[in-house]
Amino acid sequence: MTEDILRMRGITKRFPGVVALDDVNLSVRRGEIHAICGENGAGKSTLMKVLSGVYPDGSFDGGIEFDGELCRFGGIRDSEDLGIVIIHQELALCPQLSIAENLFLGNEQARRGWIDWNHTNTEAAALMRRVGLDENPTTQILDLGVGKQQLVEIAKALSKKVKLLILDEPTAALNDEDSAHLLQLLRGLREEGITSVIISHKLNEIISIAESVTIIRDGHTVEVLDLRDGEVTEDRIISGMVGRELSDRFPVRDVKIGAEVLRIEDWTVHSPTQHGRVVVDKASVSLRRGEIVGLAGLMGAGRTEFAMSVFGRSYGKDITGRIYKDDQLIRVRTVQEAIAQGIAYATEDRKRYGLNLIEDIKRNVSAAGLRKFTKRFGWIDDGMEYSAAEEFRRSMNIKAPSVLTATGNLSGGNQQKVVLSKWILTEPDVLILDEPTRGIDVGAKYEIYTIVNQLAAQGKAILVISSELPELLGLCDRIYAMSAGRITGEVSREDANEERLMQYMTAGISTGREENR
Amino acid sequence: MSTDTSADPLVTPTPGKPGRPRVRLSFNPRESGIYIAFALIVALFWILTDGALLEPQNISNIIVQNSYILILAIGMILIIILGHIDLSAGSVVAVTGALCALLTVDLGVPWPIAVIATMGAGALIGAWQGYWVAYFGIPAFIVTLAGMLIFRAITMTTLGNQGIGPFPEEIRTLSNGFTPGWLGNVALGPLGGADIVTVLVGLGLVAALFLMQWRARAGRIGYGQTVEPIEIFIAKLVVAALVLMFVVVQLARFKNLPWVLILLTVLVVGYSLLTSNTVFGRHIYAIGGNRQAADLSGVKVNAVTFWIFVNMGVLAAIAGIIFAGRLNQAGPTAGQNFELDAIAAAFIGGAAVQGGIGKVVGAITGGLIMAVINNGMSLMGAASDRVMLVKGLVLLAAVAYDIWTKRRAGVSRI
Repeated sequence: MTEDILRMRGITKRFPGVVALDDVNLSVRRGEIHAICGENGAGKSTLMKVLSGVYPDGSFDGGIEFDGELCRFGGIRDSEDLGIVIIHQELALCPQLSIAENLFLGNEQARRGWIDWNHTNTEAAALMRRVGLDENPTTQILDLGVGKQQLVEIAKALSKKVKLLILDEPTAALNDEDSAHLLQLLRGLREEGITSVIISHKLNEIISIAESVTIIRDGHTVEVLDLRDGEVTEDRIISGMVGRELSDRFPVRDVKIGAEVLRIEDWTVHSPTQHGRVVVDKASVSLRRGEIVGLAGLMGAGRTEFAMSVFGRSYGKDITGRIYKDDQLIRVRTVQEAIAQGIAYATEDRKRYGLNLIEDIKRNVSAAGLRKFTKRFGWIDDGMEYSAAEEFRRSMNIKAPSVLTATGNLSGGNQQKVVLSKWILTEPDVLILDEPTRGIDVGAKYEIYTIVNQLAAQGKAILVISSELPELLGLCDRIYAMSAGRITGEVSREDANEERLMQYMTAGISTGREENR
Repeated sequence: MSTDTSADPLVTPTPGKPGRPRVRLSFNPRESGIYIAFALIVALFWILTDGALLEPQNISNIIVQNSYILILAIGMILIIILGHIDLSAGSVVAVTGALCALLTVDLGVPWPIAVIATMGAGALIGAWQGYWVAYFGIPAFIVTLAGMLIFRAITMTTLGNQGIGPFPEEIRTLSNGFTPGWLGNVALGPLGGADIVTVLVGLGLVAALFLMQWRARAGRIGYGQTVEPIEIFIAKLVVAALVLMFVVVQLARFKNLPWVLILLTVLVVGYSLLTSNTVFGRHIYAIGGNRQAADLSGVKVNAVTFWIFVNMGVLAAIAGIIFAGRLNQAGPTAGQNFELDAIAAAFIGGAAVQGGIGKVVGAITGGLIMAVINNGMSLMGAASDRVMLVKGLVLLAAVAYDIWTKRRAGVSRI
């Protein structure tokens, strides 16, 4: 038995016109948790697709050695047979099926073609115990939160006698509590001898859990760092990822705060699906010109619901409360009215709610402000639209050959810049940015922060919703904390720290839960 | 064909313009494939029928016999871009044709009023279906499947087992007739006599085409956009003009311009401009591409959906009038399977099943491909089962090609 369970040597993968991976090496020691870091588009996902057989043997150069044997995978099945299981960022569960049915999907526990349900559910319960999932095996997936769904995925991997577990951004969509549970579970699996490879942007997690980290940049292996002695810092990893020292993760800015532009009072929103459930409870918020205000909260606190309900009631029902713009009571009952009142909302899920991925940059940029390019009868001046989009491509540094490139072909950071361009085009006074840097690499994050600062300098009020507290602390002049639908605290930049915010963010959660039931 | 000649040394910047115009030959196999396929199919049947396919009378026949399908295809492509489907179009053709017959034949209503009333009825039918789809949230597949049954039932209740006819002269002329020879004929040497008005209209269209394309190109250069090399630009225009003039001259040699062709031209140009150059048109694509994103960008998703169905109802009514006028009778089985032909035309013409992609001109080309196959094979004496078989295979091949090109693009983008 060799010390390394996996060796990938000289992996080179070419796509027409692009070399996605160029002589990449990856060695994973048996029984360790190995992290892979790199900016978006660095080639991490491509490498994992090579490893799991999505790109079959022959479509790339280089060799894969697993358990001391040279492997040639023709497909995912081949790699799974050896015990290599990959869990993708987008979970691959059937929401209408039960936990047990999902666990044994493709591996049904059957006798002579008839499924043995007792056996299936007993086995499922055993697997669920191993991952600490306390649910009934017959519960439907759609009744589970994302964190628990992630556990089902891992249990499914365990059912396949996994030796090497690959997790692609496992905690990206999880709140802190669920993340902590997941990381603890990975440590437990390590005790059982299961090796894990984890791809993550959350560097603090990597430092706390992984033994070593391979850093990939532009399709090359940059370096392998040993994390066991605890001397490697987040900044050290970042400098490896971006290839330069990042002196400061947040650009400095001149703060010039003006008069109040938007005030929301006693905003209450009910759930559109669960009758009588209060999602936002008498929230009051005030934003001033040139100010960047944060909105902190755990998952389910009601931040996105609050923002979307303010943005032309695009979420919720039985909404009550008042919105004042420049001290005037205004009505924003539709998205059109919200845009007309100078309110913009950039969504947390840009692929689902923010972009038309099959259309080009130009048409996405103009989507909300198309009227700016019309003369008579809703007739669009194509050239004007093109120039405006081109201007945004330059000023926002959107990396694409032209504004006629489909947004589906862009990286996360560039997609986010398109979404921001779309809203800046509508010339808003108030911009609500929901998780503006989710799934974006470090370099692009800095660019997004710079853009946000510029917008504030132009006198716009910015409300930033983020699950990353360091981001809020680094960016905002003032931070509201939300918990169980209520605004539980307001902290100025000087007084803010993670502990204090966390206190507010968890305030009243237990009572809130009881009310929800 | 090369896809990138941005470094083409033959192309020099136009003097006097701000900056160097960016010149690039763009070839989109997904969009251009359909036109190349059309040309090949025409050439194939031209050879197989010993030239009969492109005889003056036959060109006229192809247009007149398929006009109602093409009109339906215009409405259908909009619905498909939106991400919906309409299975009721054939039944709506029948019920509106019956209504028009009822008004003109049985009640003696003057024909212009009858036509407008029928179109109004089509709009109401569209509004009915649009309401259920847009505001109630029932999938269009279900709503229009129900509509297919409901409107067929109404037709049969109204007409019983017999047809109503004959139609007034004017409606028959609209469906079947030709423009009169206002200015007489001109001799075209070996081609014989041709209608002057028709030839003039053709020349006018060619001039308009050149002017519009030239202005669009100048505008793009002015804004610093990428344009095609001038040689390619002119070559394309010349080919388009030659094809157009060929069809026009052939028509002029037969019986002048069919009225339905004039109507069809107006509809195609109008709807092409609507989809490509107006806010409303842009919203159709935005909704089809990503409904939620469109909603959050301030697009009135429900209203657009509603009006697209109203529009489909009106176009189906026009098709209904023309079809009934052509047969000179409104029958209970009129329009059966028309919706399937219209849907096939849209998909052969490059529409995407998921919505968000498609062009009016594409749908028309798709419809013409089927029309040429139909016509060419019947000229060759093929039985209708064979024709159906070939049409089925062509539809499958067209969509397979579409998915194949998409997949290739998908792999190369990483």
